[in-house]
Parts: sequence; C-alpha cells; structure tokens
Amino acid sequence: MKYLLLLVMCLSPTYVFAGEAKDLAEDPVLEKRMIVLAEKLRCLVCQNESLASSHSELAEDLRREVREQMSKGMDDDQIIDYLVERYGDFVLYDPRVKGSTLLLWFGPFLLLGGGGVMLFYQLRKRKRTLAETDAELTPEAAQRAAQMLNEQKDTQA
Amino acid sequence: MMRFLWPFVIFVVLAGFLFIGLGLNPREVPSPLIDKPAPAFTLQQLHDPSQQFSSQDMKGQVWLLNVWASWCVSCRQEHPVLMDLASQNIVPVYGLDYKDKREDGLAWLRNGGDPYVLSVSDTEGRIGIDYGVYGVPETYVIDKQGVIRYKQIGPVTVQSLKEKILPMVAELQRK
Repeated sequence: MKYLLLLVMCLSPTYVFAGEAKDLAEDPVLEKRMIVLAEKLRCLVCQNESLASSHSELAEDLRREVREQMSKGMDDDQIIDYLVERYGDFVLYDPRVKGSTLLLWFGPFLLLGGGGVMLFYQLRKRKRTLAETDAELTPEAAQRAAQMLNEQKDTQA
Repeated sequence: MMRFLWPFVIFVVLAGFLFIGLGLNPREVPSPLIDKPAPAFTLQQLHDPSQQFSSQDMKGQVWLLNVWASWCVSCRQEHPVLMDLASQNIVPVYGLDYKDKREDGLAWLRNGGDPYVLSVSDTEGRIGIDYGVYGVPETYVIDKQGVIRYKQIGPVTVQSLKEKILPMVAELQRK
C-alpha cells in the first residue's frame, strides 16, 4: 500500500504538467487541428517556443485568431499566409523555399557534394603515390633502407 | 603553403560572419509590412469612447503610430522622448493603447503626460495583430498615401529619432 501510494505520488506530477497551454475549447476537433497547426508556428515573444506551447499573451491571442479563422472555414495554408503577411517568415519553423532561402535548404547538399569531390580527388592522389612507392626498389635504395633500419635498431638497443 | 591558405581563408570568413551575428538583435524581426499599405482600422478613442478614429482620416499626412500600454515597462523609458517630440510639433503622434484597460491607460497618461494627438483603444489586441505587433512599444512611420515606411521595434530613443525617424519624416513630408 505504501509503495502504491509512493508510485502514485511519483507519477502524478507528470500528469499535472503534461499537455500544451490550454484555452477553453468549445470544439475539441477544431482545437486539436489548431494545436497541430500552432506547433508548426513560432511564438514571437518567447522565440524558442511554438505558438502551441507558449503562455505569452500574444500567443494566446494568435491561437484565438487561428481558432476563429478555422471556424470560418479557412484552410491551414490560408491561415499560415495570414500570419506570414503580418509577422513575416519568422513565424514558420520550416522556412519556405524561395530565392533567399535556397542556400539554407540546399547548402548542406552543396557541402556534401563538395566533400565528396574532394574525397574522390584525395583518394585518387593517394592511390597514385602508393603505386609509385610500391614500385620495385633499386638495389642501392634497398641497401640504404636496410642500413637505416639497422641504425635504428642499434640506437634502440 | 597553399595547403594551409584555403582552410585559413575559410576560417576567417566564417569567423567574420559569426562575429557580425553576435552583434545582431534576435528580438528584432524585420516586418513584412514595410512599404505595404498600413492596415486600416476604426477604433474608439481612449479619452472619449463615443468618438471614433479611423486610420483613413490620416490620408495626406505623414504621421507616427505609437503602440503603447500602461503595463509596458519600456514605454516608460520611451515616454520622455515622445513628450519632447510632441512639443516640437514636427509630426503628429497617434497612440494605440494595446491590450489595456481604459482606466489604466487614462491614468498612465494623466500621470506621465500625454504626447499623443489622440489615442485609440485596442483592448482585444486585434489591430495589434494586423500590424504585426509582438513587443510593445512599437512605432510605425506612415506616409501621406497611408503606406508604412518604417517600424521601430522597442522604445523610440533620442538616437533612433535623430538617425532614422526624423530624417525619414522630413523626406516623406517633402514628397
């Protein structure tokens, strides 16, 4: 019994703090749709929080706005356009693909490609140097190498 | 030599970009409304709710729209600057009392002085959303055609007035 009580006590706080910032939801389906959309949008006041999780007043107002527009029958893209018109691309966690964001979207692939090309040339160069050094040693070179190896052995001993 | 030159150049360029980034203010989100028509609104006046004020009334004039609230801390810092500006009669300043109780707003203007030609009440914050307000105070410079030409995010300072707002107002008034 004691352990059961302890277990309940340990678990209960997780239930208390779970869930997003709540507003009174009249229509649970619409509310859910609003939360899904708001998770993709950034709150401008607490900039690292989504519109769904932020408790700031502006976020509450914007959730109200989104909710109202949804009940007016606007689709998600129209609502996103509405917010971008007012607050700019900053509200989007996924920036749109356009001229100024091309580098952002495709820069990493550019770097990957560049790295691949560099790796290719480096490997080819390495192969060539290895091929050169693998060539048969001339008798003089072999003798010199043996001599150097012996010297090293002597100093180590 | 060349082997080390390129990585070094890349490092210097990258460090340069990062250094510039350090000086930027992440709170200042550029407004997409610059050079766009100011969203039209008609609201009750703060002092006399039976009277309305419409942004359309300002056509033909360069004016400033200052978003303020009695609960806004940085507005206190901005307030003397606006009082000084109002006394110079260069450009009319209109106030948008944002998400505020009417009595609180009125009391604030009584105590600190009223730099506005008039203020309107945006109790629900809806006009604020139309203007993309996210951090009060904010100030918009609106030209004779009703186009937003500049937005000051955060308090208007003596410096921002001198360097940005007033030169822009003077230029727009000449047009």
